[in-house]
Amino acid sequence: MGIRERLSGNEAVAVAMRQINPDVVAAFPITPSTEIPQYFSTFVANGQVDTEFVAVESEHSAMSACIGAEAAGSRAMTATSANGLSLMWEMIYIASSLRLPIILNLVNRAVSGPLNIHNDHSDAMGVRDAGWIMLFSENNQEAYDNTLMAHRIAEHPKVKLPLMVCQDGFITSHSIENIELLEDDKVKEFVGEYHPEHYLLNKKEPIAIGPLDLQAYLFEHKAQQAEAMNNAKEVIAEVAADFEKLTGRKYSFFEEYKLDDAEIAIVCMNSTAGTTKAVVDKLREQGVKAGLLKIRMFRPFPAEEVAKSLEHLKAVAVLDKSDSLNGMGGALFEDVTSGMYVSGKSVPTINYVYGIGGRDTKETDIEKVYTDLAEIAKSGKAENPYRYLGLRREGE
Amino acid sequence: MNNLIEIRWHGRGGQGAKTASLLLADAAFNTGKYIQGFPEYGPERMGAPITAYNRISDKPITVHSNIYNPDYVVVVDDTLLESVDVTAGLKETGAIVINTTKEGEEVRKFLKGYTGNVYAIDARKISEEALGRYFPNTPMLAAIIKVAGIMSDEALLKDMEGSFKHKFAKKPEVIEGNMKALELALKQVKKI
Repeated sequence: MGIRERLSGNEAVAVAMRQINPDVVAAFPITPSTEIPQYFSTFVANGQVDTEFVAVESEHSAMSACIGAEAAGSRAMTATSANGLSLMWEMIYIASSLRLPIILNLVNRAVSGPLNIHNDHSDAMGVRDAGWIMLFSENNQEAYDNTLMAHRIAEHPKVKLPLMVCQDGFITSHSIENIELLEDDKVKEFVGEYHPEHYLLNKKEPIAIGPLDLQAYLFEHKAQQAEAMNNAKEVIAEVAADFEKLTGRKYSFFEEYKLDDAEIAIVCMNSTAGTTKAVVDKLREQGVKAGLLKIRMFRPFPAEEVAKSLEHLKAVAVLDKSDSLNGMGGALFEDVTSGMYVSGKSVPTINYVYGIGGRDTKETDIEKVYTDLAEIAKSGKAENPYRYLGLRREGE
Repeated sequence: MNNLIEIRWHGRGGQGAKTASLLLADAAFNTGKYIQGFPEYGPERMGAPITAYNRISDKPITVHSNIYNPDYVVVVDDTLLESVDVTAGLKETGAIVINTTKEGEEVRKFLKGYTGNVYAIDARKISEEALGRYFPNTPMLAAIIKVAGIMSDEALLKDMEGSFKHKFAKKPEVIEGNMKALELALKQVKKI
């Protein structure tokens, strides 16, 4: 079962989009996500999909076109990175507040300035409170699988929210790796058809979408968005269960790697989780009880579940590939520690900001984190919790 | 063959080192291996030094960092020997394969006391003879596959013929030349 292939992360997403065959794709090229619309436009030209491909003049227009297409009642997808997402920003909020289940593949890259085309998570962190479901992917396989699950989650009547699938720019987007693809007909059957409840082109139900919404109603509409985000958790789990039946590949809110009996653990997202797994394996051979918690579902954030999963540990390090520049730590660190505190779990926890602007994260960097954690586990004290990993100091 | 083989490519923009690393990934994939092939992206321009990497393993590969202790290094352009530390982190149990006409000490003096195996191949001569133009990546691909023992000569030639037919679907006239370049490279790569 499945098709053994080797594809880059960008190719994998483009193949998923071909298999999904959405009604509309609107995109503007930006490194390192450019290849996604590039490959997809080839599928359009070759007649392998019947998608309306809109080659817009900016990312603001790309998201606007997706909003128009979804509001009309069709399925729309796009892809972008970094400053492209920044330019979409106004429309990102409008997409979610109009409850339009647009699917965006975000190939994570540092937001300028100064100009940098390489990977970090500053683009994703800039929209973490924008009302989009956000799934992170360790490798090409997960980017492909998350994209295949995306529509079922986003379009579910209890959800109706846009969803972005994230993967690391260049590190996975441009690396050729093994992947197992599904057959086209199986994807088609799994994703299913989209029949929105309300849409602009329904002549039997003339409606307006996105009109003025002042003091009397906006609050209630925001509360509905929040409720939809809560509902998404259950739907994400249901869709993952169906996906596992189809592929044998299991997806949870997060992946626990050798965490059950671990004493020290790292929490991180995307490709660094893979490097961390290799380090965990090495440390386990040396008798060190190291583990990993890899976040897949970042929005909605599984705060309670994460807290429960980490409560038995002696020390935890949360790795943020984006600096919040707030004097207190990165976004993932705040979410994890806040979840722990609210759940009444107390584990010494530190934060590392790492990999900014494509700084390579080596196995030795991850080993250093576990060495620090072992010391904290021994002393029970997490001093200077806001740290850097891989930062060059003067003279280095 | 070890369970995990790590390879680092040094070339200049335009010489096809990135393509060669992707073709190597392809070839190893076709033998049933788990593979990674990825370039280190910088400000690319023709002639600037570039680096590309391969991992090849019997087991799934989860590491997503650059390669710092390669088993093998491939140098696609020997003018890089003066400016790039090509043997950095290279395992003494491994080997370096260099596109050069230089011999013995002339090459070794650039390798900072590297004591592992050094292989040379004149990829320019092979490419010009087989293709009539200078494309060093095809001979270098054959050379590293032979030196690292990734697959047999016969398996490589059979597999690459398929890959070339796919890659050069729009210019089939270069397939024969590329196949000849592979054959010559397999014969001519030598330990120095």
